[in-house]
Amino acid sequence: MSFLDLKNVTKIYPNGTKAVHETSLSVDEGEFMVFVGPSGCGKSTLLRMVAGLEDITEGDINLDGKLINEVDPSERDVAMVFQNYALYPHMNVYNNLAYGLKNRGIDKETIEQKVNDAAKLLQISDFLQRKPSMLSGGQRQRVAMGRAIVRNPKIFLFDEPLSNLDAKLRIQMRLEIKKLQQKVGVTSIFVTHDQVEAMTLADRLAVINDGIIEQLGTPIEIYNNPKSLFVAGFIGSPQMNFLDANLNNKTLSAENFEIKNIDSDYNGEVTLGIRPEHLIETENGLINLKVELVEQLGSDNLVYGQIKNIKDFCYRSPGNQTIKKGDTLSLNIEENKYFIFDKSTGKRVN
Amino acid sequence: MKIKPLQIVAHIILIIGVLLMVLPIWISFASSTHENVSILTEGMRFTLGDQFSRNYNEVLNEKGGWSEEVTAAKMFINSFIMALGIATLKVAISAMSAYALVYYRFKLAVPIFWLIFITLLVPLEVRIFPSYKIVSDLGLTNSYTGLILPLVASATATFFFRQFYKTIPDELLESAKLDGANAWSFFIDFLVPLSKTMIAAMFIFMFVYGYSQYLWPLIMTTAEEYWTVVMGMKIIYTESYEGVALPRTAERFAYIILSMIPPVLVVVFLQKWFIKGLIQTEK
Ligand SMILES: Nc1ncnc2c1ncn2[C@@H]1O[C@H](COP(=O)(O)OP(=O)(O)OP(=O)(O)O)[C@@H](O)[C@H]1O
Ligand SMILES: [Mg+2]
Repeated sequence: MSFLDLKNVTKIYPNGTKAVHETSLSVDEGEFMVFVGPSGCGKSTLLRMVAGLEDITEGDINLDGKLINEVDPSERDVAMVFQNYALYPHMNVYNNLAYGLKNRGIDKETIEQKVNDAAKLLQISDFLQRKPSMLSGGQRQRVAMGRAIVRNPKIFLFDEPLSNLDAKLRIQMRLEIKKLQQKVGVTSIFVTHDQVEAMTLADRLAVINDGIIEQLGTPIEIYNNPKSLFVAGFIGSPQMNFLDANLNNKTLSAENFEIKNIDSDYNGEVTLGIRPEHLIETENGLINLKVELVEQLGSDNLVYGQIKNIKDFCYRSPGNQTIKKGDTLSLNIEENKYFIFDKSTGKRVN
Repeated sequence: MKIKPLQIVAHIILIIGVLLMVLPIWISFASSTHENVSILTEGMRFTLGDQFSRNYNEVLNEKGGWSEEVTAAKMFINSFIMALGIATLKVAISAMSAYALVYYRFKLAVPIFWLIFITLLVPLEVRIFPSYKIVSDLGLTNSYTGLILPLVASATATFFFRQFYKTIPDELLESAKLDGANAWSFFIDFLVPLSKTMIAAMFIFMFVYGYSQYLWPLIMTTAEEYWTVVMGMKIIYTESYEGVALPRTAERFAYIILSMIPPVLVVVFLQKWFIKGLIQTEK
């Protein structure tokens, strides 16, 4: 059994909403697990069941070898960082950090020691006497982290803690969270709907859709080998291009090109997925792209255009190329870098 | 800075308001420092007289009542104790019941809340005989407990606390839970400090409510040592009024002025909390 074990966990809210369906998942000690998925897919619900803030309708959750289904949140020894931080507005930063320790009956000197250590680690030592209302968003974020770290819990739970920060700060805090987690080594679950955040933070990633874990794996595994149309579309930025096609006798026929010798025995209507970064410009390529819009990012360009009737097809070209609106590019797909999905079920077939 | 006509109008209105508030008190005070005779002959006064210490001494120390046992000072103390007891218990009980109503999500919470709310329609005056029966059966007549207890439930305060607690975000409770807070420590460590402005306000209202009770103490107390200020106002100087002596208007004014001191003290003392709450708009 691993450190955190979810077995067939289901959540049905009193109003009948089924938020999580028979989910099983194991998280190893010290691992950084990320739940990613669109809004309303049940990420928070799953996390809150681990924290004990929601009852478990069915299934078992084990933490550190102990069944915790019925254990009160105050006894679970988990720490959570909320999206809006939920700092205690009437306590100064010091007491925000110390409160959980006080409740454990830890003596004053030890508390002071621990709070000061955590404050130093998070660079909030200068604000210890301030109330949360006198801090900036980033500083509040750190205090919320500090409150989790100072207790040295069994597991950290993060529910979209970065979504209230501006873009730059978000990237910076993302980095710091990762570094901090590696330093402290505490098992963590991080919930986000931002796939870049998910990719950069995760040791392993659970892509959740509609209350089900669609795929579980390392970020690279999931990027290289998405098992379903949903995962393929969700992971990767800019998004994967999807084209309708037909697969017959190992030959794929799309709107105006064909790919032969496909490694699949499936016959029927399919969706072909190609990542923008897996295209290369060549002479007499498979695909002719009529350029409509170019986004220059400096390091590379995002080229959007049309292939016959398909709009907004994206190609990622190296930054040193000059491509203009109206150009027609001839593109090839990198060797075997395409994904074929059953059109009706969304399952990968190649 | 240029003063706009509108500002002048606004200030005039405010000044009139202030005068309306302050003048009666000033007239009472000024009149309380004159001799009875001069008030009788010349009416109420706007200026101070020279009988301050005589009149106030008289009021505080004269023994009144049917058996000439109770002094005004004793009545102030009685009322103060009664009001303090009522205000403290009212605030404590309604804060706790609001806590239960908001945070314990049992099915009957809403009906129970409305039941509490409906008691607003049944003030003490309406239920005064049953209340008296219960209190006297319990042997609590002529006691502070008897004066205080029937008045400590408060639908109004429960309502206000409930509305306030509902605005506190759920995450705060959840986060406190994960920090190991139990039901009691969440109330004491979070709800009480977060609502201290509200507690101060409620305390003041409830203190004034308790202090100005008339009917209940009148029915409840037969022993003069439990008489309260408002009763005294009616009773203490009646006999001389009906007798041959002059009406003791000046002393009555002195009594009124003195009777205002305890509530004023409460307001002054709690003002600090009020202002604190206003400056630190937290959340
Ligand atoms: N208390 C509740 N009662 C009933 N349904 C709820 C409750 N909380 C959440 N739900 C429903 O459960 C589903 C999952 O919600 P959840 O909050 O877990 O989503 P999420 O993945 O965290 O989304 P987001 O990214 O927007 O935070 C949603 O359909 C939501 O409407
Ligand atoms: Mg959520």
